[in-house]
Amino acid sequence: MINRFKSKMGSLGLIHFSSWSSSFTRKSPVLVPFPASLTQNLRIPERKFGNSPAHFRFCSRRFESGKVETLSDDVDANQVLDLPEGKVKFTPEMRFISETAKERESCYRVLDDNGKQIMCSNYAEVGPEVAVKMYTDMVVLQTMDIIFYEAQRQGRISFYLTTVGEEAINIASAAALTLDDIVLPQYREPGVLIWRGFTVQEFANQCFSNKADYGKGRQMPIHYGSNKHNYFTVASTVASQLPHAVGVAYSLKMDRKDACVVTYVGDGGTSEGDFHAALNFAAVTEAPVIFICRNNGWAISTPTSDQFRSDGVVVKGRAYGIRSIRVDGNDALAMYSAVYAAREMAISEQRPILIEALTYRVGHHSTSDDSTKYRPVDEIELWKVERDPVTRFRKWIERNGWWSGEAEIEARNSARKQILHAIQEAEKVEKPPVADIFTDVYDCLPSNLVEQEKRLRETIKRHPQDYPSDVPV
Amino acid sequence: MATVFGATSAAISVSSNSRKLHLPSRRSLPGRRAGFLVVRSDAGANPNAGPRRAGQLITNAVATKADAAAPSAPSKPGHELLLFEALREGLEEEMARDPTVCVMGEDVGHYGGSYKVTKGLADKYGDLRVLDTPIAENSFTGMGIGAAMTGLRPIIEGMNMGFLLLAFNQISNNCGMLHYTSGGQFKIPVVIRGPGGVGRQLGAEHSQRLESYFQSIPGIQMVACSTPYNAKGLMKAAIRSDNPVILFEHVLLYNLKERIPDEEYVCSLEEAEMVRPGEHVTILTYSRMRYHVMQAAKTLVNKGYDPEVIDIRSLKPFDLHTIGNSVKKTHRVLIVEECMRTGGIGASLTAAITENFHDYLDAPIVCLSSQDVPTPYAATLEEVTVVQPAQIVTAVEELCQ
Repeated sequence: MINRFKSKMGSLGLIHFSSWSSSFTRKSPVLVPFPASLTQNLRIPERKFGNSPAHFRFCSRRFESGKVETLSDDVDANQVLDLPEGKVKFTPEMRFISETAKERESCYRVLDDNGKQIMCSNYAEVGPEVAVKMYTDMVVLQTMDIIFYEAQRQGRISFYLTTVGEEAINIASAAALTLDDIVLPQYREPGVLIWRGFTVQEFANQCFSNKADYGKGRQMPIHYGSNKHNYFTVASTVASQLPHAVGVAYSLKMDRKDACVVTYVGDGGTSEGDFHAALNFAAVTEAPVIFICRNNGWAISTPTSDQFRSDGVVVKGRAYGIRSIRVDGNDALAMYSAVYAAREMAISEQRPILIEALTYRVGHHSTSDDSTKYRPVDEIELWKVERDPVTRFRKWIERNGWWSGEAEIEARNSARKQILHAIQEAEKVEKPPVADIFTDVYDCLPSNLVEQEKRLRETIKRHPQDYPSDVPV
Repeated sequence: MATVFGATSAAISVSSNSRKLHLPSRRSLPGRRAGFLVVRSDAGANPNAGPRRAGQLITNAVATKADAAAPSAPSKPGHELLLFEALREGLEEEMARDPTVCVMGEDVGHYGGSYKVTKGLADKYGDLRVLDTPIAENSFTGMGIGAAMTGLRPIIEGMNMGFLLLAFNQISNNCGMLHYTSGGQFKIPVVIRGPGGVGRQLGAEHSQRLESYFQSIPGIQMVACSTPYNAKGLMKAAIRSDNPVILFEHVLLYNLKERIPDEEYVCSLEEAEMVRPGEHVTILTYSRMRYHVMQAAKTLVNKGYDPEVIDIRSLKPFDLHTIGNSVKKTHRVLIVEECMRTGGIGASLTAAITENFHDYLDAPIVCLSSQDVPTPYAATLEEVTVVQPAQIVTAVEELCQ
């Protein structure tokens, strides 16, 4: 059988493989099939088997490293393929890169489960003012979520989506940025707006789509957007904000601004084509954009095991040539540090960064979903209680002496009062006028819209009982 | 967008200071620009019209012959160029004028563009302003939208209009909508352009007529150029517009030659062009079919007919003012288009004319379009799917009986 092996490696067709990996020399090709796993490296055996087929043997243990001197001389001249992107070394070993690394990529954290700072962690310092603001903003976010969700159940607003379990990602990432950094959200990041000073009244106005809404009543609840807070309007299309973010970063790059772009996406959104192209573009154009993926385990009812088979999202960064990190999304200090560092790199080195924040979507996907239908209640309880990011952060600030029980009661009461008041006010405010159906489609009204508006008004005048009375004409 | 229809005399002011416009800072661009020469091609006398250029009414669509009204200067005014060069000239002038104008697309940079429209621009303006993108139409269109929302004015080139079908999500859901859904906070002054239409044996996938698919999207404007003159003018107008504009070029028209003025001019985005005034029948067309119509017009004139040919140019919205005036005069309408029969521009135009000018029609509107088939490769088959001059002549003869 050995005689059949030619000195050239090209006679692969005659060889039977029982494992994926094997190696053989040119002088004395030896087949050593054995049930090795993919990741095992087979080396050239020290003992050469000569021409006798009888010496063909099975072996299940690893061989010592072989010597390359056994290879013929003309291999040396062609060790490397010189390509513009870099040199590529040739190898006589046929080895497939495994589909997963031996271990999953580790996750950066600064605070342990009890809110205690881990020794020897490198992180960005957070002073008392920032820490207290971060915590109180988390309280506002939590309270807002509870009350607005209730309002939807009461029929006062048509839709709502909570951020329960992801408060640390929202607030801590926002705290690490400046107001000049442009944010392109997906839809579960109202905390960024809270940090930047969007008031609960402004949130309520949008959810009630009244006249004071910046979106002029044109979008569903939670589709916030504010030019002055540098927070682009939420669009319902999943992952479409990712290429937008690259475009914004491209614009900042042309301006040479000391600012970056931050965009958010969920684990589900990373399946969209736009995610891949945006990452690719960002790397190619060297755009200062930070992609924060909130890997919360669920895309409505689709768990991540059905979404992708890679080790989460962080490993995809390398595929596009993007520096990436996996962070404990429920650790506010870790999020803060990672985003802070990412921002520095993005701006000074003009490169994109990918941050995968591991977390859990404690709430339902939205008010149109009941997640107990597809996941166990005790899983939800675990993350809600034991791994709550807000509690964890509170323990840290309390331990530092920056927070107290009284402050907690005060903060919660104040938030609750403000939000309830905001809802009451928002409900009373007039809806946007009929004219706003037609404005902003273009910069000014074209003749066909002028005509259509006229027709609509005539119809409303003729049949006022068929049109809602609370919409100003 | 200007409302330039006759009755409202809010015509754009003509100022001689067009060159002296100072470039505003990126984030405080005014919503409206005054002070550039808007050339109007009008069907009827309109005292409020801007200055009329001599020789504006082109009786022969392929303008290689001498202009009817050439001034008595010793050398001919203007300069001659091909349509793709006119597009490039318009693009280059706007890039020089406004530093926020940038181009992105596949092979637009050092390669100069598949149809050479961006040739030389990367060398002049750098490869950040003339950006080569990877092959992901939805994503580079999205990138352009994001850049536009931050104050740039990107021109997004699709190598072939058909490829922009991949960008439909970004064009419909984001480009057309974000100005509206953000409550006017973010504007999207992009220009999306590329060659479309039936070429010479390019196969079905490269012979798409996307204007029919995009026509319904609220928030965008669509124009189609057909001569070097209007190509440059429409390009400039589209770039200056604060609305997203889709500029449809045609693969077979890039090498058309014409003499265009040296001085700066911009065409109106909402106006149709009177190609040949007449009395007997109104023929509405755009892009390449304009040339088939003009060819048919020659035959028709020989047979004693007097067709009025209008290049509608503005596909969304239609210039119903010019079209209406023509219908009121001739009472007969023939639409010649390259789109498919079903759901094409012609179908939509038929509905608009019937709705608005029904009383003026002496005969039902006739619409000549391509059949509802993918465009075949074989040359003979391909020719049959496109409306030919002979069909146009027959249709006019039947219409005018």
